[in-house]
Amino acid sequence: MSTIVLKSIQKNYGAVQVIKGVDLSIDDREFCVFVGPSGCGKSTLLRMIAGLEEITAGDLIIDGQRINDVPPSERGLAMVFQSYALYPHMSVADNMGFSLRLAGVSKEERRAKVAEAARILHLDKLLDRKPKELSGGQRQRVAIGRAIVRKPRVFLFDEPLSNLDASLRVQMRIELARLHDELAATMIYVTHDQIEAMTMADKIVVLQSGIVEQAGTPLELYHHPRNLFVAGFIGSPRMNFLPAKVTAASDGATTIALANGANLSIPVRAGRQRAGDAVTLGVRPEHMRLAGEGELVGEVMVVERLGGETFLYTQLTDGTMLIVQADGEIPTSVHERITIKLDPAACHLFDSGGLAIERMERHPLANLRRLPTRKAS
Amino acid sequence: MHPKTRGKLVLTVVGWLAAGLIFFPIFWMVLTSFKTEVEAVATPPKLFFTPTLENYITVRERADYVHFALNSMIISVGATLLATLIAVPAAYAMAFFPGKRTKDLLLWMLSTKMMPAVGVLIPIYLLFRDTGAIDTRWGLIVVYTLMNLPIVVWMLYTFFKEVPKDILEAGRMDGAKPKQEVWMLLLPLSLPGIASTALLSIILCWNEAFWSLNLTTSEAAPLTTFIASFSAPEGLFWAKLSAASTIAIAPILVFGWMSQRQLVRGLTFGAVK
Repeated sequence: MSTIVLKSIQKNYGAVQVIKGVDLSIDDREFCVFVGPSGCGKSTLLRMIAGLEEITAGDLIIDGQRINDVPPSERGLAMVFQSYALYPHMSVADNMGFSLRLAGVSKEERRAKVAEAARILHLDKLLDRKPKELSGGQRQRVAIGRAIVRKPRVFLFDEPLSNLDASLRVQMRIELARLHDELAATMIYVTHDQIEAMTMADKIVVLQSGIVEQAGTPLELYHHPRNLFVAGFIGSPRMNFLPAKVTAASDGATTIALANGANLSIPVRAGRQRAGDAVTLGVRPEHMRLAGEGELVGEVMVVERLGGETFLYTQLTDGTMLIVQADGEIPTSVHERITIKLDPAACHLFDSGGLAIERMERHPLANLRRLPTRKAS
Repeated sequence: MHPKTRGKLVLTVVGWLAAGLIFFPIFWMVLTSFKTEVEAVATPPKLFFTPTLENYITVRERADYVHFALNSMIISVGATLLATLIAVPAAYAMAFFPGKRTKDLLLWMLSTKMMPAVGVLIPIYLLFRDTGAIDTRWGLIVVYTLMNLPIVVWMLYTFFKEVPKDILEAGRMDGAKPKQEVWMLLLPLSLPGIASTALLSIILCWNEAFWSLNLTTSEAAPLTTFIASFSAPEGLFWAKLSAASTIAIAPILVFGWMSQRQLVRGLTFGAVK
């Protein structure tokens, strides 16, 4: 229904700049997730789109119209708050119908629309209750229902699941994804949880200190992180980083030497790197393999068994800690020495400035969207 | 005795003593109002006597109590309504859209209460004379409104601060204009606070004597003037003065007693979060 374009958006609080020029475009019906550590400015950015924070500089454009100075009540967006922010003195039905009441919609029509939203969210039986008589999960649904009823141009979510317990969170995650499909609406979702981001997003925007570090599909960020920050932030457990030195660079592969002397040829494009340059090798725990012989040798310090998989916290001979993901059935125990084989095609290389050196092959799923085909409106 | 129990006991005794100390003058006044003039000034004071309604009868004969009481009511309620009407938008702006100087402004407003009223008596009297406001209800309503405004703004500000900002923002996202936001969300949510603020304001207006004595004579005179009219220069007619005072404070005393729950919440605002 709506496209959103942000053009060098900035936000200052006095002399402190919290959003330092964000350029972004969010397509119609896209599920866009802002993710980043706390204090990165993701909530502020969302509130600026909502109109709850003033925009210091830049343009915010929705459907081709610049709306920097349009008050929130006239932007036609709906927001779900982390605290739910239900109206405590109103029943569930009144909460959900409040926006329609303000818009002057007739009582009959209001009731019908609220009933329709309540049906989608399984709130039919709770319409007469007050918010304080509801559980956390139910309150969450009412907050979402309040947003749905208005048929907004864009849905905004500010960490809506962070007050729920773990199992409810997974359930609501699935429900939100289903809802996005059903409503076919543009949604912007803020979270600090990279699993929520990976599972729900069409596009993830990784923010740090008020800057967009990278924006792309979940698998693009996973397979082609632009820099060390994104590489470390996306993926769980986080990517391992090892210092290395370039020994030879040619078009198609760069050969590096690790601290322990092992050599490895990584398939990346020829860049500015020259023999002798310091680089960082990045390998995800799930891309390491235990083998009879390999590039790395270390001692297992902690074993975390999750049943289906096992994480081995391994100390290399030079003291570097490494997380290795292994099969759930592996009998390895603490203080055992293991040898790790690296797969060069799954390795990432970062230059001394922390920027990724482009990989030779683009991952076949890097452009995959969460929902392959969309209903036409 | 357990030290905790002893502490509680001491606290209870101290509490009762303090309450007794505060209540005693009122008790003595009510008692005196039922004595004859001779008994009222007797030394040592008499605790046991034959009560008489003579003073009340005289007071009723000499002045129209209902006229004064009605004035008190109209002026107190009128000034409270006006002050609340002005204070709500002010407190809303200060609580939810604070500027750099909001805190200073609030402190300054409160500091005006520290100025002795008599310091502005002459200018206000002249203003009243020139605008024909002397001995009018509206004149006193204006003065009382201005007098209580700082406290009303301050209290409402504190109550509004307790309303979660998210709820008002949710209202804004739902399409509420500022007026609707205040009327449909903020006011219902802070109703207990507004009630206790209004109660306090009514009580302060009811008990105000300085301005009412100086700015009214008969037409608009409230109960404080009524009491004063019974005070004699040499402390004569104690019993009649007591009777007049008793019926003057009776309505507000009953009113305060009935609404003490709201009052306590209002007076201890900010103390317990």
